[in-house]
Amino acid sequence: MTDTTNMSAKELLGFYQEELYEEARRAKKEGKLVCWSASVAPSEFCVAMDVAMIYPETHAAGIGARKGALDVLEVADEKGYNLDTCSYARVNLGYMELLKQEALTGKTPEKLEKSPAARIPLPDFVITCNNICNTLLKWYENLAVELNIPCIIIDVPFNHTMPIPQYAKDYIAEQFKEAITQLEEICGRKFDYDKFLKVQEQTQRSVAQWNRIASLSGHKPSPLNGFDLFNYMALIVCARSKDYAEITFKKFADELEENLNKGIFAFKGNEQKRVTWEGIAVWPHLGHTFKGLKNLGDIMTGSAYPGLWNLSYTPGDMSSMAESYTRIYINTCLDNKVKVLSDVISGGKCDGVIYHQNRSCKLMSFLNVETADMLQKENHLPYVSFDGDQTDPRNFSPAQFDTRIQALDEMMKQNKEGVSNE
Amino acid sequence: MSRLETIISELSSISNNPRKAMEDYKKETGKGSVGVMPYYAPEEIIHAAGFLPVGIWGGQKSISKARAYLPPFACSIMQSVMEMQLEGVYDDLEAVLFPVPCDTLKCLSQKWKGTSPVIVFTHPQNRKLEAANKFLAEEYRLVREKLQTILNVKITDEALNQSIETYNENRKAMREFTDLAANYPQIIDPKKRHAIIKARFFMEKSKHTAMVKELNSELKSLPVEAFTGKKVVLTGIMAEPNEVLDILKDNGFAVVADDLAQESRLFRNDVPSGTDPLYRLAKWWQEFDGCSLATDAKKSRGPMMMDMVKGSKADAVVVCMMKFCDPEEFDYPIYYRQFEEAGIKSLFIEIDLETTSFEQTKTRVQSFSEML
Repeated sequence: MTDTTNMSAKELLGFYQEELYEEARRAKKEGKLVCWSASVAPSEFCVAMDVAMIYPETHAAGIGARKGALDVLEVADEKGYNLDTCSYARVNLGYMELLKQEALTGKTPEKLEKSPAARIPLPDFVITCNNICNTLLKWYENLAVELNIPCIIIDVPFNHTMPIPQYAKDYIAEQFKEAITQLEEICGRKFDYDKFLKVQEQTQRSVAQWNRIASLSGHKPSPLNGFDLFNYMALIVCARSKDYAEITFKKFADELEENLNKGIFAFKGNEQKRVTWEGIAVWPHLGHTFKGLKNLGDIMTGSAYPGLWNLSYTPGDMSSMAESYTRIYINTCLDNKVKVLSDVISGGKCDGVIYHQNRSCKLMSFLNVETADMLQKENHLPYVSFDGDQTDPRNFSPAQFDTRIQALDEMMKQNKEGVSNE
Repeated sequence: MSRLETIISELSSISNNPRKAMEDYKKETGKGSVGVMPYYAPEEIIHAAGFLPVGIWGGQKSISKARAYLPPFACSIMQSVMEMQLEGVYDDLEAVLFPVPCDTLKCLSQKWKGTSPVIVFTHPQNRKLEAANKFLAEEYRLVREKLQTILNVKITDEALNQSIETYNENRKAMREFTDLAANYPQIIDPKKRHAIIKARFFMEKSKHTAMVKELNSELKSLPVEAFTGKKVVLTGIMAEPNEVLDILKDNGFAVVADDLAQESRLFRNDVPSGTDPLYRLAKWWQEFDGCSLATDAKKSRGPMMMDMVKGSKADAVVVCMMKFCDPEEFDYPIYYRQFEEAGIKSLFIEIDLETTSFEQTKTRVQSFSEML
């Protein structure tokens, strides 16, 4: 076993990401079960049953960030997937198609061979949850039917009225029971309730360290750049029910606190303005978006997106667990969504907001106009939006992004100098 | 004009003029209308309150005001609904019932730009579990409570069970109609077929049923003539604007069955029997299959459509793809592959309510017709 004691948080992040993929590949080789999972589907059940997990959204983001998306998008395109659908889904369905071809023919397709992303094994079953979009239902239906494998569904109904009613939590908790029955059937053995409780407790420890990191961006100047959270997010997605996430996040939070004490901040030089980024990262152009802000003296200290994994609940209490998985801000009414974002903006002491109009994500785009309007009435902060996409590099224009953030920067400057934007 | 022609003309006129239908209803009953957004809202609850449920399906429209509130990649139907909200088209509605079975509708339910109160409810998607029925019955209970308050009427279980019977009667008549229409394509062309079905959205259902039943018996009395054109099944959200249906007709196509969310998907199943009306309505959703908006890990839509093709002796399927409708777009690659494997021919046309130019559709339909 590799000794991880002296690794930095960054090294741990890389190490455990690779380890997770390796575990899945090993599991497949040894004839053990592999599951593909939606990013905020409950991981506790499968981990309690020692199933190796792969998270296609994270994998797709990785392909995007390594500039490998176009090849697999083309495969999805040939299968009849419309360019208008989610690019994570298309990347993954394209990739799945290549894996399927390989499994059927014994030959590795060229596009798979040269894909820059980690190799992943085909799943034996899938688990999905619609707390971050209904696309995850459609996408996983297709995976299940294309591979002829079982699909575990955790449906968390859209919370049009807050607070979340008990009957909604009851419905979700009943599905947890059903998921356990399905898992027992798939695994061919009884569910391990003792281990499940331990996994729930582990998940809570991971989430606590994750929240500890996120809260550090409240310091001014900030020891944390929000873009780092986009990177570390891989482990809150893929390993929150294992100690990998806890270990890495604790290390990172410790490092950041130490930096804070020493007066070392995320922005080399002097952070001038702080922004909230609303929406998913533009993975294929992550560097451009990061540098664009940096060059203007701006740092990202607010993002509601990593907060999706603030899954705190009471272990042993299924209703409490149900609530944590359904209360995600994009699964709630506009008023609550605005409230969550408002806290993110004030928590990060932000001077402005950037809205990502994400071609791939209708749910995170179609309320941006109203959200921005309501928030501005409340906090009087300037905002801009730009057109982008989480993994399809063709739907982002660097020039438009630059112009928009320059305008935001200008407005934030004026605000700071006391000139009103209204 | 024969009785048959008169009925068709009356239903077509209602389907083209919902506002007049609302006004007539008000004159007759003194009661107003409640809007029903797509998809699969329990209209029966509105009917039981004595109000007129009115389907909201957008319309052929150029989009300008809605651009400020929706990016161009929102589906065509919601673009046009948003445009009409901003024009105040729906402001005479007493309330609007708003289901949210897709991400676009979740967002739209939070940004109604008209003046009517909006009642949002969520369909469960893990539909085959008993817990889903309980959840949905509870959502419907809240819908009923909200409607009672807004409309200031009591909606009893008894009235609701009666409304369910009225609706089931209509569903039965509609199934008979679509079966009959397949035998009389010379009389029921694609546009007429659509209008007769669409009139359901703007009429008190027992009235619609009575007219459709009469129409059915008129049709049955006529001899079935040989049809030399091609028979197709339509699938998708809807097959509008009318120009699309005219193009089908002009190229000798008859619609012999449909799998459209605006048409047969609404009446291919009855609401099951039982005593608790809200539970019965919830159970309908559980039994319903073959729609992109009703999660189904078995994806039975393709096989269901293949049965439809077989049962109606259709020559092909016409995919009416609502522009930017991601649930429908996700279903397409799966059933397309299944069609290919089964040797069923299909034509893909894009449904865009904003467009006024149909040249591309015309060309595609023409060449498809030649290919068959």
